[in-house]
Amino acid sequence: MPLQAIAFYLMAAVTVAAGFGVVSARNPVHSVLWLILAFFSAAGLFVLMGAEFLAMLLVVVYVGAVAVLFLFVVMMLDVDFAALRQGFARYMPLGLLIAGVLAVEMIVVSSTVATRGAAAGNDLPMASGQGVDVTNAEAIGRVLYTDYVYFFQAAGLVLLVAMIGAIVLTLRHKPGVKRQLVADQVLRTPKTGMRIIDIKPGEGIGE
Amino acid sequence: MQTSFWETPGGWTLLTVGQILAVMIWILLSLAFLLLADRKIWAGVQMRKGPNVVGPFGLLQSFADFLKFVLKEIVIPSGADKAVFLLAPLISFTLAFAAWAVMPLAPGWVVSDINVGILYLFAISSLGVYGIIMGGWASNSKYPFLGSLRSAAQMVSYEVSLGFIIVAVIVLAGTMNLQGIVTSQQGGFWNWYAFGGPGGIEKLPLLLFMIPLTVIFFISGLAETNRPPFDLPEAESELVAGYQVEYSSTPYLLFMIGEYANIVLICAMTTILFFGGWTAPFPTPFTDAWHPTAASFFYFMWFFLKVVFFFFLVSMAKAIVPRYRYDQLMRLGWKVFLPFSLIAIFFISGWALFVLKPAMGS
Repeated sequence: MPLQAIAFYLMAAVTVAAGFGVVSARNPVHSVLWLILAFFSAAGLFVLMGAEFLAMLLVVVYVGAVAVLFLFVVMMLDVDFAALRQGFARYMPLGLLIAGVLAVEMIVVSSTVATRGAAAGNDLPMASGQGVDVTNAEAIGRVLYTDYVYFFQAAGLVLLVAMIGAIVLTLRHKPGVKRQLVADQVLRTPKTGMRIIDIKPGEGIGE
Repeated sequence: MQTSFWETPGGWTLLTVGQILAVMIWILLSLAFLLLADRKIWAGVQMRKGPNVVGPFGLLQSFADFLKFVLKEIVIPSGADKAVFLLAPLISFTLAFAAWAVMPLAPGWVVSDINVGILYLFAISSLGVYGIIMGGWASNSKYPFLGSLRSAAQMVSYEVSLGFIIVAVIVLAGTMNLQGIVTSQQGGFWNWYAFGGPGGIEKLPLLLFMIPLTVIFFISGLAETNRPPFDLPEAESELVAGYQVEYSSTPYLLFMIGEYANIVLICAMTTILFFGGWTAPFPTPFTDAWHPTAASFFYFMWFFLKVVFFFFLVSMAKAIVPRYRYDQLMRLGWKVFLPFSLIAIFFISGWALFVLKPAMGS
């Protein structure tokens, strides 16, 4: 299909360009916006592969929630751009090394996939939903909650621990803070909330 | 056997573009009158007349407003981040319309009938926050920034309970395809998911959860679209107009159209998930004998009427409910709606596993 090929090259090019934008943008907020574009076009690539469920999850979780929090934090930070650029030359070799390792790893993985996986014509019904009569949400659900249920639960526990840890680290109990007690307010009646005092003329209220 | 012109790549592209244009023009035209209806309803509640000068009953007011917005000068603050400043309303507008691509308007009337339609809708509506947060930040001004921070927190919070409620409907329907969800509710209003979905008297316990979930979905929808009583991002008494303070002319218009398109979208989602989408509230075996196009228009009428009804509810909420305080809003979202929808999911999944599944014999 030429239409699919056009769509693939368009979205792949946008993904790479956006990835470049993330590291080259001077303003950190712009970096996050480029990152969002990269996530979004990666979701488009998932759709082209027939993994529409993963694509939607990528958009909902990463673009819709995680990146919003990134943006939130980066906008609030008071970033000193001059100080950021100072260490550039010093960290350059380390950065290049990590980039090199990553590139090698990705080439190895993608060449393996190209020779053994769906790209080489070996149908993987679990990954693509093709070949068998199940949608890929159902296919993922079937393996996730049976074969990989322990890993799934463990991942959930890790996230829970992280969440509790964050709460414990930041929770402060300040003494003397007035809190709104909604139940008390709702249960308040004229009888408990109001006192009728008969004031005699010329005397005022004496406590 | 000669293949139809519409199945060649060129014909397919032409057909899809035509469908997209038809849906967009229909929505834009409807929005013009819904906006007027909104103002008229609001005026009616406050015993005013509302817009009544342009055209008969003020029917052309929205078009006059449109011309006014377009013909004005676009003012960009000198401290603003120009690219992001102009991108924000565009994103808001585009996303609001992109969501309509999967909306089933009548049997067979849908631009793209994808398997994960409901997730697509959820994904697109969760992206809506970017328009606001980018607009607020790029304005480089205090009120818009505060407004956008509020809206980011608010929309992310309410998305969580919206998501859980959608999961409940998916579990009951057994599909994420929107046409599938709608067709499973055919045959009368008692089959709508607001009343527990298809089934007889034995589904009575489900009502205990589905009716409150319907209400919670509607309220969360109000919060998600920043409508009163949850319009804190643009609370005029505190933040002037929130994220839109620095916007004028066409960019403001795009923001406003996007916002209203989102409101109609939430109304349509409520209709599809809980009130049967395009199905009629009574059994309709008589349409089988009709011409398919006539039947489609008949069902489309029901969809349209339901969406307009929910839009009316949204307008009434704006007219009669006072604005929430920010901490009350967060409390409602996290401490009331979220626990309830979690418990509801727990119960409904159990119901689907132990009652629905044995009944289907699978």
